[in-house]
Amino acid sequence: MSFKLMDWIEQRLPLMDAMNKHVTQYPAPKNFNFFYVFGILAAVVLVNQLLTGVWLTMNYEPSGEGAFASVEYIMRDVDYGWLLRYMHSTGASAFFVVIYMHMFRGMMYGSYQKPRELLWLFGMLIFLVLMAEAFMGYLLPWGNMSYWGAQVIISIFGAIPIIGDDLTLWIRGDYVISGATLNRFFALHVIALPLVLVVLVFLHILALHEVGSNNPDGTNIKKPKGSVAPEELSKFAFHEQYTKKYDIVDAIPFHPYYTVKDLVAIVIFLIIFCGVMFFAPEGGGYFIEAPNFEPANGLKTPEHIAPVWYFGPFYTILRIIPDKLLGAVGMFGAIVALFMLPWFDRGVVKSIRYRCTAHTVNLVQFAICFIILGVLGTLPASPLNNMIGVVASFGYFGFFVAIWIYSKNEKTKPVPDRVTGK
Amino acid sequence: MKKFIIAVLAVLPMLALAAGPSIPLDSANNDLRDKASLKRGFEAFINNCLACHQLQYQRYNRTFADLGISDEDGLANYMYTGEKVGDHITNTMPAKDAAKWFGGAPPDLTLEARFRSPDWIYTYLRSFYVDENRPFGVNNKVFKDVGMPHVLQNLQGVKTIDEQGNLSEATGGSMTTEEYDNFVRDLTNFLEYTGEPNKLERESLGYWVIGFLFILLFFAYLLKKEYWRDVH
Repeated sequence: MSFKLMDWIEQRLPLMDAMNKHVTQYPAPKNFNFFYVFGILAAVVLVNQLLTGVWLTMNYEPSGEGAFASVEYIMRDVDYGWLLRYMHSTGASAFFVVIYMHMFRGMMYGSYQKPRELLWLFGMLIFLVLMAEAFMGYLLPWGNMSYWGAQVIISIFGAIPIIGDDLTLWIRGDYVISGATLNRFFALHVIALPLVLVVLVFLHILALHEVGSNNPDGTNIKKPKGSVAPEELSKFAFHEQYTKKYDIVDAIPFHPYYTVKDLVAIVIFLIIFCGVMFFAPEGGGYFIEAPNFEPANGLKTPEHIAPVWYFGPFYTILRIIPDKLLGAVGMFGAIVALFMLPWFDRGVVKSIRYRCTAHTVNLVQFAICFIILGVLGTLPASPLNNMIGVVASFGYFGFFVAIWIYSKNEKTKPVPDRVTGK
Repeated sequence: MKKFIIAVLAVLPMLALAAGPSIPLDSANNDLRDKASLKRGFEAFINNCLACHQLQYQRYNRTFADLGISDEDGLANYMYTGEKVGDHITNTMPAKDAAKWFGGAPPDLTLEARFRSPDWIYTYLRSFYVDENRPFGVNNKVFKDVGMPHVLQNLQGVKTIDEQGNLSEATGGSMTTEEYDNFVRDLTNFLEYTGEPNKLERESLGYWVIGFLFILLFFAYLLKKEYWRDVH
């Protein structure tokens, strides 16, 4: 009976086939290391945000008069409301931690290079939408830092010549940030952007499965059909979508091998996540900033307006450039440069393991500069901080210039034909 | 790989510089588990603060339940103006008039301990000194030119400030310094409680959840090991 039902469905919608293609018979390189867990962790956090978000929405009141009090209502009067709220607020920061690690993994092992450019672009779009989602979500508690942080970020758009002032007015729906702004940010935060995010994640995974996963050696696990001796072939069964065109080597099915391995990673992640959430939900003032325990007040500016930590690097680039328009251009340029990374890098060798020493140095300095920019973003501006910021910004943009130069005629190490298993 | 991790660790201490008050604060050393202290703090709040400062997000009956006070006792001993036990802890001072009297409406204190920190409250209430240039004749070391009078002056006494910024007692109050410090500590404790009434529950639940996750980790690891025996 149930088998007949399954067949009946399968003939009309190939669910089992899709399951095989993307999960149980998807060939994943067998040498994924630590850095390869952040994709699945991002998915876990996304689900956490979606679910806790739905329940928070049930008791949240999106109005200038009621928002702050409704958050405290959730924290005090709703059963386990505090848990839902902390899961959501900690999840926001965790999202950026895992996304930054995920992006860095891509940079280390050349996962953006041909043929994975579109995959990288979808990923960058997810990052962009995520920043918008986080920014709008941060206004909703209607604390004083929410208010003034949004004030600062929206005013960036005012730097655009001619249309700037009208554009900020259009975004806010008012001359200052007000209940009108809060209402539209609420609509975008809970409906529009999550929908876009989920669609983009879907496309990101589809694009990944079309071109196949990269691995820490940057080797190709799909060899031309008939080029591999039978005893060398991966002994697992893979979906014919992959095997009819290629001989698959060094691969294992995503399920059960990576599902059980990722489960270990997920549990370790949850231990750290819960450690923060249960014992330091404010994240030392970085996840929930202290001025946000005071309701939004258009007449009282917090002593030091700092964006949440995950915007730090981009905020610093904005701030160190004295001209407002150029600052905005610099900030968006920093994100555009990341978008264009597949074309800045003209190299053919993917993994940092087999690229030139200059590349390793370049990537390390990029990571350090990114962290310095992030730290500076949370600190008050001072001449010394600005000077460090300028140097770090040169390091950030210099990464793209340098990679464009040395990747042309790069002296690389020989890339193994098969994964090394390290 | 190690190089990256070392680089990250080298930069992390810079985060410690990110925040820090300009005036050193005394440590409140309050204990949320000390219900007697919380009760004394609650009483102190009702008698000394509530006339001007509200706890508009905190309910009476929630406070009674968390502090181990029955609703009947609470109604009789802590509620003077005919509210219902389910009401928020508010006063009837009109905000507009208050702004006129003090130069700004007295802030709600439900979240003050999370906005400022318990140590800040503890230090602030012990840092008033005589300053004849201010409307109420007092100023505060922690909150310069604050609009609030020294409401607890009868208890603490009067302090003066010298050129180095040190406070010294000019006239004693009805309490000794130690008694007053304990009084303020209880009040601070109570305000930390109202800032997050679920804090203790949150932490105790945290131990259970993380304990469970460690057990799950053990089995997840065994499962992974078992499956990966196939992979060569």
